[in-house]
Order: sequence, then structure tokens, then C-alpha cells
Amino acid sequence: MSSNELQGYKKTLNSPYTGIKGWIDSRLPLIRMMEAEYLKFPVPKSLNYFWSFGGIAMFCLIGLILTGIFLGFHYKPSADDAFDSVERIMRDVSFGWLIRYLHANLVSFFFIATFIHIFRALYFGSYKAPRELVYIFGLTMFMLMMATAFLGYTLPWGQMSYWGATVITNLFSAIPVVGDAILTLLLGDFTVGDSAVNRFYVLHWLLAFAIVGLVVFHVITLHMTGSNNPTGTEPQSWDETVSFHPYVTIKDLNATIFFFIILAFILFYYPNILGHSDNYIKANPMVTPAHIVPEWYFLPFYAILRAIPDKLGGVIAMFSSILALGLLPWLDTSKVRSCLFRPIWRYCVLLFAVNFLVLMYVGGKPAEGLYVLISRIGTAYWFLFIFVLAPLVGFLETPRQPLTITNYLLSKKA
Amino acid sequence: MSDSKKPRRDFIKLSAMTLGGVGAASLLIPFISSMNPGKDTLALASTEIDLSPLEEGQSLTVIWRGKPVFIKHRTKSEIDSAKNISLEELPDAEEDSARVQKDNWLVVLGVCTHLGCVPLGQKASDTKGDYGGWFCPCHGSHYDTSGRIRKGPAPTNLPVPPYVFLTDNRIKIG
Repeated sequence: MSSNELQGYKKTLNSPYTGIKGWIDSRLPLIRMMEAEYLKFPVPKSLNYFWSFGGIAMFCLIGLILTGIFLGFHYKPSADDAFDSVERIMRDVSFGWLIRYLHANLVSFFFIATFIHIFRALYFGSYKAPRELVYIFGLTMFMLMMATAFLGYTLPWGQMSYWGATVITNLFSAIPVVGDAILTLLLGDFTVGDSAVNRFYVLHWLLAFAIVGLVVFHVITLHMTGSNNPTGTEPQSWDETVSFHPYVTIKDLNATIFFFIILAFILFYYPNILGHSDNYIKANPMVTPAHIVPEWYFLPFYAILRAIPDKLGGVIAMFSSILALGLLPWLDTSKVRSCLFRPIWRYCVLLFAVNFLVLMYVGGKPAEGLYVLISRIGTAYWFLFIFVLAPLVGFLETPRQPLTITNYLLSKKA
Repeated sequence: MSDSKKPRRDFIKLSAMTLGGVGAASLLIPFISSMNPGKDTLALASTEIDLSPLEEGQSLTVIWRGKPVFIKHRTKSEIDSAKNISLEELPDAEEDSARVQKDNWLVVLGVCTHLGCVPLGQKASDTKGDYGGWFCPCHGSHYDTSGRIRKGPAPTNLPVPPYVFLTDNRIKIG
């Protein structure tokens, strides 16, 4: 057997590097991979600041994991100790207040970045072929993020933690016949209690790292197709691309610093503005607070839940609102990606964003009178947008001829 | 030759996969079962209560399986309003007599059947809702003096836990 016949059998041994770098790279080809995917990786040169929010979200995730590890050194997951251990972190642990406030506010900023990131995908058509899987992995991460944030919010064991957990876990009891048995199985008890806070803590950690795993899939699929850009057209030549480093790294770093300055302002001046004061009262299973409100980033979905006057129907509507977004790549019939060149769909997407904010507003209000009506209209538009407008507008509108990346940049200059 | 061998190999593959699947599924049972309430939690599953301190019109909240149980010593007018109603008016039709063992004692779980909040109405100062029973502040469900849902998003009546009268003034829940 000649060595030629086995060509490609040990494919990683030939490293482009020499010395120690070459020694490692020929055994663990991570160095050449990082260089290809993060230094030389070509991206369209027309990217605007909307494209920085993925990176910002990633920095938020890293910050959450780091602060989470240090909180975990002091936190005790039991119904008796949880609240007191969080208060101890706030009062007695050196810089505990900073680490906890960072963790709590980073979540909010993670959601802000993610909402903008998803809006970017909708407005510039990043969900369309061939990036469907990038988008689906993204939505999956978004759902895991919501689950992780919910589990994390129960851990301080305040009144909102407890009653939020009770209300949300009771959604499972809406499942016909087996709902109550599933709920008992999930809680390990007949109510949210010692057993629940213990397993919520474990799951909070587990899901955080599951998100990290999905980030890898999100990036791999993205790097197969390359980034979308404001024109929605693919680069025609190497001239229309720039390398990831230093162009994108510096730009994303700039955006991240600006974003974290806003976070720092909230963190140091209004650290509780996004929280709820009732959560500084220890959980009491006998008294429900007068107004149970979820965290702000859940409000649009909470509004959808309450818009349907039927328990099971509300739960189904809430979960399917996100799942339905995953069908958009196949429901959108237009050949043009970017809203810059889609005269009708553009307003549909903008209205979807406004509608999201309106739902967020009514989700925080009591479910009565006009608020119920608004939440119903908002819920109706949500599903109309996905199931009717996406297929229909693609047929009805006449999109403009999309500009190439070069012409787009020239037109912006002029 | 290959014709006669192939189905045999397929059969072996299929049997192996089936048995492997059954084995893997069986392995799940102890893990899923371990998530259910443990024996210590189940051991706390019954509670005895002395009813003698409760005057007519007063209510008591006790804990059973970590959940509040509402015990209401009903007045004559509360009993009447619970009984004098046609079943068609009720979203979850149930006779009052099916929900109590003795007319003047109502025992129900104090957990809203919508999403699990504790309804108001146990204290004299609480709002009792439009039907004189309980009112859930979370999403606005109204319960009557028999703990039946009358208005709001809750799908069913407040459930009656299993209980027995040990003596005239003593009950055991669970």
C-alpha cells in the first residue's frame, strides 16, 4: 500500500504554522479554524450597527455566566435559605451587591440586544434562504433564554419569584387530563417549594450552558452562508467584503462599549428600576401579591396569554407566537430579502415592532377593559403578520430592484 | 445467496434495535419517577384541624400539602345563596350539596384554578368578589359561597380536598 492511497487519511497533520503553534495546530486544528472564522472571515462591507447586536448579546451571555458563577459560590437553593442567602450576598459578601446587580441587569440588556437582533433579522430578511437554520437556532436560543431567565428569577425566593413561578408552572396544568400529574412531576411536590427551587437552580445552570452550545451552532450555520447585509444581496466580488478582523471586531467592540455604558448607568444609578419591589419580601405561599407582573421582557408574551379568554387557548397562543415565527422563512414568498426594497412589507415589519412594544405595555397593565381589547388586536396582528401578510405581501407588492453592495454604499454617500 | 441472507440480517438488526429501544425506554422510568414527590413529602399529606374556635361567618386558612385550604363556617344566608341558584348559571355546574359534607362547613383548596394564586376573601376586610365568596386578584376570577367559579378566566370550581369529620368539631384533611 503506497502512502498516496492513504492521502487524506490523517488530514490535519499538515499545519500552515511552524513551531509550537504548528505542533498544537496539527494535533488540535483550533488555531487555523479561529483564523479562518474570526480573523480572515469575509463579511459584506455594507454592514451597519444593527449587525453589532449579535456580538453584544454574546458579551452579555459571557457576563451572565461569569457573574453567575460567583453568585453560585454564595447562593443556597432551598426554600428556607434562598432568600436569606441572596440578602447576605447583597449585604455581607464583598462586592456581592455589584455582582448580583450586574447579573440581574445584564439579563435585561441581553434581552434588549436580542430583541434588536431579531428585529434586524426580520427587517433585512436575514431569515430567508439560505439562512433558515441560522434563524431557527436563534429562535431556539431565544426560547431557552426565556426559560433560563424565568428559572433564574425564581431563585431569590421573593414574593414575585414565588408567585411568578406558581403562575408560570401552572400553565402546564392547562394540558388536558395529565396536566396536574405533569405539574407535580416537574415540581417534585404539590406546590412550588423546596424541591422546585433546588431543581430550578440546577436547570438554570444547565440551560445557560445549553445556550452556549447553541451559540456554536448559530455561528457555524452563519459562517456557512456568510452574513446578510442591509441590501439583502450577496457580495459580487471580494471588493465588496472586508475581513472580520480588524473591521468587524473594532466596530462591534465600539458598539459593545457604548451599550455597556448605558448598562453601567442603570447598574449604578437605578439598579432596581427593571425589577419589582415585592421581590424584596420573602416568599409567602399563603399571600398572593395584589398585582403579579412578570419581568418586562416577558410582557408581550404575557399579554398574548391573557388576550385569550380560555386557559388552554391562552397557553397555546403564547407558545405558538414564537414557534410560528420559525415558519417565516417558508411563509414569506418574496424573492427580495431586505425591507429597503420592499415598499409594503417594510411597513408590516415596522408595525410588527410597534405592536410588540404595545403588547409589552398592555402586558404590564391589569387585564381589564381597554387593555384586553388592545391585547387582542395586538395578538391578532402578530398571527396575521406571520400567516397572512408574509405569504400575501410577497405576491402583492412589486419590490424595487435591490442595489448591489457597492451601489448601495455609493447611494448612501451621495 | 445474498437474497436469502439479507432478510436475516435485517431481522437481526430490527430485533436488536427494538430491544435496545425498549431497554433505553425502561431505563428512563427510574429517572422520571425520581422527579415525583418523595416519601417524606407524601408523609405530610394529611392534616387534622380543630373547628371549635370558628364562629359562624368566620374563615380559617390551614396548610395541606403546602397549599392553603379554606375552611368557612357559613352563615344561613351564605348557605342559601349557594343553594338557591340554577345550575345553568354556573360555568362549572355542580350542586352545593355535592361540595359539602355538612351545610355550615365549606372546605375547599384556596388555590385559584386559573394559574394558582391564592384568592382573597378569608379576612373580614378582604374583597370577596361579586358573589360573596372569594376574588382572585391575579386575573380577576370570582368565586361564590360554595367556592364555585362564577366569573373570570378560571376554568373550574375550587376543588374540595378529601376530608372526614373525626368528631363534630374536628376534621382530617387528606
